[in-house]
Amino acid sequence: MSTNFETPTAAARGLGSAKSGTEHYIRQRVSAIALVFLVPWFLYAVIAASRSGYDGAVAFLSAPWNAILMILTLGAAFYHMRLGMQTVIEDYIAKAGMKQTLLILNTFVTLGLFAATALSVLKIWISAGA
Amino acid sequence: MSGSEWTDPRPMSPHLQVWKWHWTMAASIFHRVTGVGNYIGAFLVSAWVIAIAAGPETYATVEGIMLHPVGQILLFFWLASVLFHLVNGIRHMLWDGPKAGFSPKVASGWSVFNFAISILAAATIWSLATNLF
Repeated sequence: MSTNFETPTAAARGLGSAKSGTEHYIRQRVSAIALVFLVPWFLYAVIAASRSGYDGAVAFLSAPWNAILMILTLGAAFYHMRLGMQTVIEDYIAKAGMKQTLLILNTFVTLGLFAATALSVLKIWISAGA
Repeated sequence: MSGSEWTDPRPMSPHLQVWKWHWTMAASIFHRVTGVGNYIGAFLVSAWVIAIAAGPETYATVEGIMLHPVGQILLFFWLASVLFHLVNGIRHMLWDGPKAGFSPKVASGWSVFNFAISILAAATIWSLATNLF
C-alpha cells in the first residue's frame, strides 16, 4: 500500500469538503426537534394503546389524531435513526465494501420499517371507517 | 471493529481506552450507545404496530413476547434508553442553539442529571403504566 505524505490540509485545500455535512447536520437536528414533541406522545400512546389487548390497540389507532401523530412519529424517528446510524457506520467501519453494504442496508431497513408500519397504521385507520 | 484489513490510512479518532473516565464522556458515549439501542428496540415496537394491522392472532403472539419477562426487561431498557437519548438530545440542542452549559462544572452536573432523570423517569413511567392501568 502506498502512502500519500501530502498533509491533510493540502489535500483538503485541493478537494474542498464533501459538501454534504451541513445538510446532514441540519436534517438530524430538525428531525430531533420534531421528536422532542413526538416521543413523549409516543410513549403515552404505546402505554395507552397496549393496556387493553388487541381491541384496545385497534380502537386507539382508529382515532384520526392518534393515526396522524403515529405516522408523523414513525416518519421522524426512522429518518432520524437512518441519519444517526449512518454516522455510526461511517465512524467505525473503515473497510470500504463493508461500509457501503451497511450504509445501503441501513437505508433499506429504515425505509422498509417505515413503509410497513405506516401502511399498518393506515390500514387500521381506514378499516375503522371513521 | 471491521476485521483485520484496515484500508483507510487517515488518522483515526482517539479510542475509548485513552480517555480518563468522567461524567461528560460517559454521557457522550451513552448518547451514541442509546441511539443504537433505540434503533434495535424500534424493531420490537414496529413488530407491535404491524401486529395490530395483521390481526388478533399475530397480535397475541407479539403481545406474548412483550409481556414475557425477557420482553419486559428489554422494553424497560428501551424506555430508559429512549429517555436518556431524549434528555441528552435536548442538551445537544442547547449546546448548538443558545450555546449553554459548556463550563466544566455545569457540563458534568448536567451529565449526571441526565443519567439520573432518565432512570428515575423510566422507573416512574413503568410503575404508573403497570399499576394504574
